[in-house]
Amino acid sequence: MTGPVFDVAVIGAGPAGANAAIAAAAQGLRVALLDEQDYAGGQVWRAKSAAILEAPPTVEGRAGDVLRARLAASGVTHLAQARVWDIARRGGAQWQLHVLRAGRSDAIAARALILATGAREFVQPVPGWTLPGVIGLAGATALMKHEQMPPGQRTVVCGTGPLVFYVASEIRRLGGQVAAVVTPNRRADWLAALPQLMRRPALAARGAFWLSELALARVPVLWGHAVSQVTGSAQIDGVGVRALDADWAPQGKQRQITADSLCMGYGLAPQCEAAQMLGVPLRHDAALGGWLPEGTADGATAVDALYLCGDGSGVRGADAAAAQGTLTGLRAAADLGRAAPALQRGALGRFNRAARFGTAMTALSAPRGGLVQLTTDTSVVCRCEGVTRAAIEVELSCGAGSSNAVKSGLRAGMGPCGGKFCQAAIGGLIAAHRGVDESAIAPPTARPPLRPVPVSAAAGSFSYDDLPIPKPAPL
Amino acid sequence: MTYDIAIIGGGIMGCSTALTVAAGGQRAIVLDQGDLGQGASGVNAGTLSLQIKRVKLMPYALKGHEIWERMGAAVGFARTGGYTLAFNAREAELLHDRQTLKAQAGAPIEFVSNNRLRAAEPALTQSVVAASFCAQDGFANAALTGQYFRARLRQAGVAFREGAAVTGIDKTGVFTLATPHGCVRAHRILLAAGAWLKPLAAMLDVDLPVTARVNTVSVTDRLPPLMGSVIGHATGLLTMKQKANGTVLIGGGWQGRGTPQDGRGAVDATTLRPNLALAQYAVPALGDARVLRSWTGFEAHVPDFYPLAGPLPGVEGAFVLGCVRGGYTIGPYIGALMGASVLGQEPEMPLFDPARHFEEETI
Repeated sequence: MTGPVFDVAVIGAGPAGANAAIAAAAQGLRVALLDEQDYAGGQVWRAKSAAILEAPPTVEGRAGDVLRARLAASGVTHLAQARVWDIARRGGAQWQLHVLRAGRSDAIAARALILATGAREFVQPVPGWTLPGVIGLAGATALMKHEQMPPGQRTVVCGTGPLVFYVASEIRRLGGQVAAVVTPNRRADWLAALPQLMRRPALAARGAFWLSELALARVPVLWGHAVSQVTGSAQIDGVGVRALDADWAPQGKQRQITADSLCMGYGLAPQCEAAQMLGVPLRHDAALGGWLPEGTADGATAVDALYLCGDGSGVRGADAAAAQGTLTGLRAAADLGRAAPALQRGALGRFNRAARFGTAMTALSAPRGGLVQLTTDTSVVCRCEGVTRAAIEVELSCGAGSSNAVKSGLRAGMGPCGGKFCQAAIGGLIAAHRGVDESAIAPPTARPPLRPVPVSAAAGSFSYDDLPIPKPAPL
Repeated sequence: MTYDIAIIGGGIMGCSTALTVAAGGQRAIVLDQGDLGQGASGVNAGTLSLQIKRVKLMPYALKGHEIWERMGAAVGFARTGGYTLAFNAREAELLHDRQTLKAQAGAPIEFVSNNRLRAAEPALTQSVVAASFCAQDGFANAALTGQYFRARLRQAGVAFREGAAVTGIDKTGVFTLATPHGCVRAHRILLAAGAWLKPLAAMLDVDLPVTARVNTVSVTDRLPPLMGSVIGHATGLLTMKQKANGTVLIGGGWQGRGTPQDGRGAVDATTLRPNLALAQYAVPALGDARVLRSWTGFEAHVPDFYPLAGPLPGVEGAFVLGCVRGGYTIGPYIGALMGASVLGQEPEMPLFDPARHFEEETI
């Protein structure tokens, strides 16, 4: 059970986690960086598959290559393909991480722990959204970065914020056809965000390029619309779209678009299960992606020696995550007696500048209240367990009023994804049913394992006679 | 309005008492700090096994089994029969001694041959040295407790409030209970708050010697059929059953961390791992299953491990019910007994005086 002891363990090797690890290591600390993927970079700066020898460079690819080179030179111990399934404070002084790697579970200990677990996307369920050929909008970016291939031959791209245009542009660059871009945002939403956009001219220019490129290719852009249905039997053959009102409730007739694939997503939400499980208080902030664990700008939390950075502590985008990672790595190092105040000040300035832009983009991407009406009674909400909105409404009508109560009664969120796909949608349905704001509906209790773990790996190799079987219950 | 009785704690025992007193014509209200049935009643492994009940509680457990059978599909009841296994000579002796006494107490427990065991449960390890069987055993789905009692209380017209933690109790004339949603007044009260009984009784200056065990339960992903009965271990430190949906629930009372006062308990990987090892040892094919979720629940107990069920010492009009070893099985029945007592009737079986001396065998 005893493994190596590090000064700092960082979970997640995206822009936040990798920079936190590099910053802490630069202060002379022993740092372990744990990540599920083959290479560092996170979802945003994801590397292409090792099976692809060469591909044209992209902005994200280059940023990732720079990060991976810095990481390689940093002295950080990077444990790739590592899944952390449980975390506990051992003896009050050390964190113990149970890590699944190559089918085995090993323990890693560290004096300080930084969670940089990133975000996941929100998809509002509609009829047919679980058909093959439908993937998330952010999921599509991972596919295209890793496999360098578009999600289909003729794709509808639906979603909010800048991501919908980025995905449409990438699909075309990789040889796919975009049947339509469908976005609940209106041009006016973008105009309102213009002042923030102008602070980051390079990023604004990329956005302008995506838009003009789509216009030149005569790709229809349906502003103020959303996909309301996915059709097909074994595979998607088209989507229905409807116009939305100002609160994004569907209006008027549905019209049909033929497509063999759909990318759909309505913004990102912090992955807060690990922090929640470790006792960090959660708060709701729609402008940062919904429920998030509370932390300071430099990553400190209410829990001793536990830090947070990046989109997992509030969605502010890659540049803010990178700066906050550095800031948090330095804070953890300072708390371990290796202060570097000048570096901290510099990172804080970069974080604040990047966060203003990132927060504006998150606000543009955040789902609005009316979107919940796209989820019809027959729509599957919890896809692991096949629970429909109608079943959830019955449970709510019978008096269940919390995420935990719905989970207990219906198993919604008890499947392999552990509720990661559905809990925000279920929270939205509970809020709509009770006529309260989503901020009044707390997510369900977080429990281990943080990722599914095989019984054999958790059990490890053992001899029966050595099992620490306690004395039996009283007769 | 002033209720006849306010019941603090919306688990199986509190709700069963509420239904009984309501059927007897009293106006009752159930208050829970969280959701109904989300404490021990809702997060235990759901095992209904006479083989792991205490000898002196066997008559109560037999009655409990009858009630669970009547509750039926609404609580996921399944009478599958259950095998209890010994893997070495020491455990075989323990199994023999204990199950003989439990059989004498009325549980239909028999010892079975290896051939019979193997025919019934082919996925079990070859390392079984001795086994007992009880046809009465089975399980229910603890997660449905809240849903079930919410419906029953509504049907019976019993008031209940969820998210209503009692933060203070005043007794000047009637009882006045402070909650975040306002005060509730009642002529009598029943404390049925499980592991939270101690701080609750302290509000009335009564010191109950209640402590909490932190029991761990895990569930796997959906698997092909691996077991048809409840599988247990001679020491009681493993319970396993496969649900109709293919998931396997693994329990056995391995201890997590935390106390009720600090909030929820937490799973401790250092006890979860041997718990899973024992499960895999019993059914080797479980090694390939994935654990999707592990959790803990607080099981309240007093030093002699017998129930608290009767008047709260020194406070006129207050009662306490809890700390029942095997409380999931026995809960509906002892709740009904408590209800009868509150109604002034003579209960069918004796209750357990909360004013007893806990260090002695007094029952």
